Parts: sequence; structure tokens; C-alpha cells
Amino acid sequence: MRMTADLGGTEGWGRAKTPTADEPVFAEQWESRAFALALLSMGRVSGRNLDAFRHALERLERPEYFDDTYYGRWLHAAELMLVDSAILAPGAVEARARKLRGEEVEEPPVPEPSKPDYQPTAAGSLRTVENPPRFAVGDAVRAKDMKPQGHTRLPRYLRGHRGVVEMVQPAALLPDTHAHFLGENPQHVYTVRFDSRELWGADAEPFVVTDELFESYLEPVS
Amino acid sequence: MTETTSSERLPIELRTEALEQLLTERGLVDPAVMDKFIQTYETAVGPMNGAKVIAKAWTDPEYRERLLADGTAAIAELGFKGPQGEHIVVIENTAQRHNVVVCTLCSCYPWPVLGLPPSWYKDPAYRARMVREPRVVLAEMGVELPADTEIVVRDSSSEVRWLVLPERPAGTEDMSEEQLAGLVTRDAMVGVAKVSAP
Repeated sequence: MRMTADLGGTEGWGRAKTPTADEPVFAEQWESRAFALALLSMGRVSGRNLDAFRHALERLERPEYFDDTYYGRWLHAAELMLVDSAILAPGAVEARARKLRGEEVEEPPVPEPSKPDYQPTAAGSLRTVENPPRFAVGDAVRAKDMKPQGHTRLPRYLRGHRGVVEMVQPAALLPDTHAHFLGENPQHVYTVRFDSRELWGADAEPFVVTDELFESYLEPVS
Repeated sequence: MTETTSSERLPIELRTEALEQLLTERGLVDPAVMDKFIQTYETAVGPMNGAKVIAKAWTDPEYRERLLADGTAAIAELGFKGPQGEHIVVIENTAQRHNVVVCTLCSCYPWPVLGLPPSWYKDPAYRARMVREPRVVLAEMGVELPADTEIVVRDSSSEVRWLVLPERPAGTEDMSEEQLAGLVTRDAMVGVAKVSAP
């Protein structure tokens, strides 16, 4: 995963925003259209899935991720998935946008769609796993120091660090392979507690962070 | 603007209109379905749903027990379910322990009970710093916690979604469930605020 989206513990962002009680759901009208387009594009139109959508967000260039606000990010990711599935030609959205503002632009021809060869085995992400969970509540575990090239839900700031299993959650399909249409590989999921000083050193504020981690992200600590 | 180059970034509003046009003219997306999605999240699904859950938990001890044992099922009793709510865990805030929810990798949020996430939740500063210096971030957002309150940050990395059951404020003993629901805020159900008595 690129650094762009994996923000936990990174610096240089300034103060947190102050919440306001009356914030509208969508600040501007285009945001609501981008939201709905992204939701419809990820499954029905592109033949992809939610994990592939999250991976598309991670693959965006930094300006696409950060500079067009949140739903702009969603729109760029939707566009990327639609180009991946050859529903749209590369450059088709830009060409249409220029036409809309009166430029004379030649639009690329509509390509032959090429959706991934993929069918979910059930709705949603929860799945049944026959094997019993490898870890139990109270077990000491370590988040593996993995460096996968594609999608993962193991944040960088946890890798290599020790924690304790707090809860065993329902099993779910593995985003790391599901995002790339390489199988659902359902696994047990654990809520793991990490001490702030384990993550950030002895001078850190004392607190606890928990994350839901897939079984293959974890190794036992003796 | 008349001069254009290939490196120019087009306004996002225009890109959005272009994508909608490209998909609708080929029949791939129905604008009426888009309208329905938007209307649902603008009017029917939002923090008012979560507030009903919390107010019921404050006034009905058996419901509270069910909610903490199996959040998804207890929330579904009130009719709230759907996308981003496959498995909701409800966690109680007390004077001793303060839970706060974040998603450092994207913006995972329990839609059926809270709706779509607010701008501060999606902001890089919140996503980056809540797992690094939560006491400082909470203070910036208006919550000063006693030094002996333990902070537990819930980083939502899988499809598990967290909902905070805030402390019921003192002085609300005579209020009805409906009145209590009116006090519960989105921010308190994420853990960046406490609920105050009127």
C-alpha cells in the first residue's frame, strides 16, 4: 500500500477540526452526485468490490487524494475502477468535462468492457471459517512486519509491534486478496490492544489503541 | 479560462458532471437511483438513529445489556441496519475509561446508526493524530479528560464498526427516552464529546 492513505501516526497535519453540530451531509451538490456515482460504480457497473474501491483510493496520486476534498477522492477512485474494467477509456472523463465547458475535444471511443472474473460467494464481508481461531482472548501476539505491495488493512504504525487479543470478532473475507480478485480467503479477525509506549516509545502519552486484525497479520509471542 | 494544458486539473464539479453523463447516457447508472441513495443519507440515515439506540439503552437496562452483548442485533431491533453496519460493536464510556473511534486507513464509520462521516472525522489531522496523541487531539476538539481516565482509541481496520455508548449526564433522571435522544450527539457517539444535560 502507498503511504498516501495510511495516515496513522504521521505528522504535519496541524490541528484537528472543531466539530459543528449543523454540518450538512453534503457541503455542495456535486459531492452528493460523486457519492452516489462511486457507490454504484464500485459493484454494479465496474464488477469490482468495496476492497478494490479502497485500493483504488490508495492508488490515487496525492493531489487526487488530498486536493479535491473527500468526495472528489471518491470520484477519482470510481473513475480509476471504471477504467480498470474498461467501462471507460482512459481520458474519457476529462474529454467529456472539457466538452461540457465548450471546448472542442475528440472523445475516445468506448472500449470493450473487461470486468474481473469474480463472483462473491455471499453478500457483505462476513464469512464462516471451519478451523477454530488460532488465538484466544488474552493471548500475546505481534503484528507481522509485512510489506505487501498491494492492498492490506494492516496499518504501518502497528507492524512489528506486540499487543494482546481483546476480542475475537466474526470471521471475514481477507481484503488483501479480495481487492485483487484473488479469492476471499476468509479468516478469523481479532481486536488487538496495543500500548502507546510499545508503538511510540517511552515518552508517549499513556493510552491504548485497538485494531481489528486478520489472523494472517498476526504471529504468536512466547 | 481559455488556455488548457494536459496537466491542468479540471474542477471536480465538472468531472463529476462528466462522469454522471457518461454513465447515464449508456444506461449504466439511473439518475433516479442516485437520487434515492442521496436522499436516504440526507434524510433517513443519520445520527438521529444512533441517538435513539443510546436513549433506549439509558432507560431500558435489559436493552442496554443486549446492546453491549450484540450491538448489531440490538440495533436491528430498532430497524437500523444496512451498508457499513454488518457487525457493530457498542462500547461503553465511563468515568474510568474513554473510548474514541477513528479510521486511520480511510473513513470507516457505522453508517446505519451515524450516517455518513462528518468532515472532521475524514480529516488527515484526525486520522493521523488520534492514534498518536489522543489526549491532545481530544482537548483540541473540546474534551478535557481527567489524567486518570484511560483512553482507548478504536482504529477501525476491518469491517467491524464501533459505536460509543456515552455516559448519561447527571440531572436527566426525569427525562423521557425521546427527550434523552434529543441530547445525544454524533460527536458523543464517536467519542469526541460528552453528552451534557440541558
